[in-house]
Amino acid sequence: MEITNRPLSPHLQIYKPQLTSVLSILHRVTGVALVVGTIPFVYWLVALAAGPDNFANAQAFFGSVVGQVILFPWVFALFYHLCNGVRHLFWDVGLGFELKSVYISGTVVLVTAFGLTLLAYIAAYAMRGGAG
Amino acid sequence: MRLRTPLAQARGLGAAREGIHHWWTQRLTALALIPLSLWLVASIITITGADYATAAQWVRSPVVAVLLLLFIAAAFYHAQLGMQVVLEDYVHEGWAKVATIILSKFLMIALAFVAGFAVLRVALGG
Repeated sequence: MEITNRPLSPHLQIYKPQLTSVLSILHRVTGVALVVGTIPFVYWLVALAAGPDNFANAQAFFGSVVGQVILFPWVFALFYHLCNGVRHLFWDVGLGFELKSVYISGTVVLVTAFGLTLLAYIAAYAMRGGAG
Repeated sequence: MRLRTPLAQARGLGAAREGIHHWWTQRLTALALIPLSLWLVASIITITGADYATAAQWVRSPVVAVLLLLFIAAAFYHAQLGMQVVLEDYVHEGWAKVATIILSKFLMIALAFVAGFAVLRVALGG
């Protein structure tokens, strides 16, 4: 094979992370995380179908510290992927491609995803408190 | 007598309008998942920490059961499309790429059927 000595483009680690690139890879990361996250969701449904004892175990698991540690990033991943997915749908119809718009929509996505996650948690804890 | 093969006529006409199928179904399921996932999170919040009777009664509602089945169908269809793209990008060995894509699709379909069956069992079971 012929030895070529052409210049290579810099590897990914050379580039300074920017909002655009970080949010882009975060969309993938949260997508894969949500695929893994389907397993606890399916477990919860199967436990419900399996009857009261199994369901009580599942509810105890999700209410435990370990369950909460799994659930919090799960909810954030869902809201992030949802919000950034909507951003992608706008791009699909040709809207918001200017650099300034891309940064604005990126910030809006992050703030909205965090806001919805917090809102979901406050609502869930309020329900739990209300139920005793 | 025509000596030109049918291939000569088809060449250059593109992918018979099938080329965007993956892209289009990913967008279609994404669109469906916006209201479905918002509904799911809001609904699950209302039954946070619920006992078996409350949760089972929730799934027994026909509207809830159908929405859950729609969510499961759209979510797992969307998931297997997304996993395919990720595997195509990061698994470089030819046979490993095909094997992991097949495995991931089978797994997504299996999870979807398990989830759907669980919903139906609660919704229709006595």
